[in-house]
Amino acid sequence: MSQSLARFIIGGAIVSAFAIIGDVLKPKSFAGLFGAAPSVALATLAMTIVSDGLSYAAIEGRSMMAGAIAFFIYASLVSRIMMRYKFRAILVTLCLIPVWLGVAGGVYYLVWVR
Amino acid sequence: MMRIQVNFSTLRQTRWHDYAVRFIFGGLITALAGIIARKFGPGIGGLFLAFPAIFPASATLIEKHEREKKESHGLKGEARGRSAASIDAAGSSMGSIGLFFFALVVSQFLARDRAWIVLGGATALWLGVSVAVWQIRKAL
Repeated sequence: MSQSLARFIIGGAIVSAFAIIGDVLKPKSFAGLFGAAPSVALATLAMTIVSDGLSYAAIEGRSMMAGAIAFFIYASLVSRIMMRYKFRAILVTLCLIPVWLGVAGGVYYLVWVR
Repeated sequence: MMRIQVNFSTLRQTRWHDYAVRFIFGGLITALAGIIARKFGPGIGGLFLAFPAIFPASATLIEKHEREKKESHGLKGEARGRSAASIDAAGSSMGSIGLFFFALVVSQFLARDRAWIVLGGATALWLGVSVAVWQIRKAL
């Protein structure tokens, strides 16, 4: 419980810091780079290294590659749909979360499980 | 070449609950990644290190800011808001290429090198790759 609380506070702080950097930068496409900052990864890996060791954290890093591929497809789809159709950002970004889950899980299964 | 600018006035447009939402989402997904790794192992848990945790909140915030900016001049801001959120998402897709290289460095070097050097180097590589991809995209 206390470890989850520590993760929550550290994760929230690092994610917020990267988000604020993105907020103050222009142009928008450059600021958008910070929407894919390794904020959750830095917080999680730092905590995991302390609690479970370097090898365990390295395995997390390996499957994070699948998550990053899924992020690329997810963000590209959000961009295309927002540009082409008249949907609100909240609707598009939330409805496409299953795409991230599917791609991340699919790549992980195909590369490391099968 | 396009100039990169820093504009602190945008921070005044952001309300405290917008910061709170991003803090809570960021914190929750970090805590959740730990819980998932504990329950299903580091392979599954690691996927969530690249979860678009605050993406919906950030995109909504950008859309709202741009819409309000346009509407304050008496104009319709719907299309402007959508366009800004779309451009931001395109930037994030470029940043995710850097994120892949971050993960690659962590997976290859973390188990045998000093953690702070690997994490610092991987973060620098994320930024370097992301900026390079952005510049190439702008040049095309």
